[in-house]
Amino acid sequence: MTRETVLNAGLMTLLLVVPLAAWTFDEPFLITLATRAVIFAIAGIGLNLALGFGGLVSFGHAAFFGLGGYAMGILAHHAQTYTALATWPVAIEGTKSMPVIWLMAIGAGALAALVIGALSLRTKGVYFIMITLAFGQMLYYFAISWSAYGGEDGLSIYVRNGFPGLNTMDPIQFFAICYALLLIVLLSVNRVAQSSFGMMLRAARQSEDRVQAVGQAPFRLYLTAFTISGAITGLAGALFADLNRFVSPTMLSWQTSGEIMIFVILGGVGRVFGPVAGAALFILLEHSLGGSSEYWHIYLGAILLGVVLFARGGLYGFLAGREQADD
Amino acid sequence: MTEPVLDVRGLTKSFGGLVASRNISLGLRPGEVHALIGPNGAGKSTLIKQIAGNLRPDSGRVHFDGRDVSDLSTAARARMGMGRTFQISSLAMEYTVLQNAVLGALGHRGDIFRFFNRAMRDSDLLEAAESALEQVGLEEFRSLRTSDLSHGQRRQLEIAVALTLSPKAFLMDEPMAGLGAEGSQRLVGFLDGLRHRAPILLIEHDMDAVFSLADRISVLVYGEIIASGSVEEIRSNADVRAAYLGEEAS
Repeated sequence: MTRETVLNAGLMTLLLVVPLAAWTFDEPFLITLATRAVIFAIAGIGLNLALGFGGLVSFGHAAFFGLGGYAMGILAHHAQTYTALATWPVAIEGTKSMPVIWLMAIGAGALAALVIGALSLRTKGVYFIMITLAFGQMLYYFAISWSAYGGEDGLSIYVRNGFPGLNTMDPIQFFAICYALLLIVLLSVNRVAQSSFGMMLRAARQSEDRVQAVGQAPFRLYLTAFTISGAITGLAGALFADLNRFVSPTMLSWQTSGEIMIFVILGGVGRVFGPVAGAALFILLEHSLGGSSEYWHIYLGAILLGVVLFARGGLYGFLAGREQADD
Repeated sequence: MTEPVLDVRGLTKSFGGLVASRNISLGLRPGEVHALIGPNGAGKSTLIKQIAGNLRPDSGRVHFDGRDVSDLSTAARARMGMGRTFQISSLAMEYTVLQNAVLGALGHRGDIFRFFNRAMRDSDLLEAAESALEQVGLEEFRSLRTSDLSHGQRRQLEIAVALTLSPKAFLMDEPMAGLGAEGSQRLVGFLDGLRHRAPILLIEHDMDAVFSLADRISVLVYGEIIASGSVEEIRSNADVRAAYLGEEAS
């Protein structure tokens, strides 16, 4: 067993034990914190697929996170007000069913990423960062001005959406749902990283010339990765909105894009479990430092600076060493 | 005379006022090593890029394997069988030696949009990769990270990756660079046999290697081919001696 495997197992156990202990000692706030960490981890895993494996520094992932949130908000809003979402050409009703909402969020994230990616991936480097940022901001201002769905104030949902057989209002049960989804996403992304696609994608980040020389076009790899990335981050957005029973344009803001990027960088760019470590650390810092000062971001900034300057591989690079080759 | 595998006709490319390629025509026939020599800055790499498809020439056509490939992308030309090695190693540096070779086999097979297989457990890919590594003598380094290889070993790996593509022609940009005397000699021996599988367009500064391998030599100076012919013809060509070989060919 490598150090990385041990770290993965330890991290996932910790993320499970803390909320279970909190549940035993009746500390719902801690469960909510752990749920936040799990959801942020999923969002980070989504971004990591583009940024870590493909080298696509997207500064607009809030777009997919927010779209996932609004997919949940809009569907649930229509369900709770008993209004139809659309009557023409086909009648579409709202829904309070989590699985349906997840599918819609995944679809919205994927579709948006496909369109944004198809346009942005024509550029590279700083231009790519700026274009993805611009698309994110477009959606942000669109949401602010869309008064039908709350505009700047956002949308509140009175009762958390339902999952067959579970009481989702119970924090530990909602946590269990999110944790199970995190596991599924992690295992899938881990497989994708080792697949033919993953191998070619990670090669494209290292050398586009190489990928072309073996007869493949980097663009299609990037666009596919970006689309899957948007889908995963969209799912995380739906969960986050459900956790808060609230969605607002803040989810679409560039600060959110920055935070998702921080999860990835703190944890270790390109490491499958990296964003889990990054999101957990972020929540830990937010909670411990945020309590002592409302300017806790200063400390976060200092830590981030330290990571970028001295521990490029993030927590994973620091604790598990460089990535082991798979053979 | 047999049809050339690669046929370059009248390539011209300028960057602003600088003409990097001036009406260049050259061919690569089956079984031959065609060496392209010339001083630094003569436009050798610019020419290779136009042949491989990274750079679009201002005018001129490139024919490969009986087809006009001038409008095809680099990837499409590689799929048709242009096996290229780079002057500055363009390998996946974080991958192991074996992973780089598997990458070549995978690109050649083409089924890259599979998301849940395990590429490094695919016996067909591994077999092709290992065979290529063995041919260039890198099999014992298979588990080494590519960034830990010496420059010479990287060149060998570049060739191994090209081999996994079963190319119809090789484009090699200075494969000897960074190799010691002994390494160059081994590579010369290897390339000498390789030409029978696919002809080689060889850009090289090592004149001993060029003279012992080449069937034909073209000399590129200031973007223009000033002479083209057999080793003997080039050695005795007065213009070439003046422009390039000067002190070396005495």
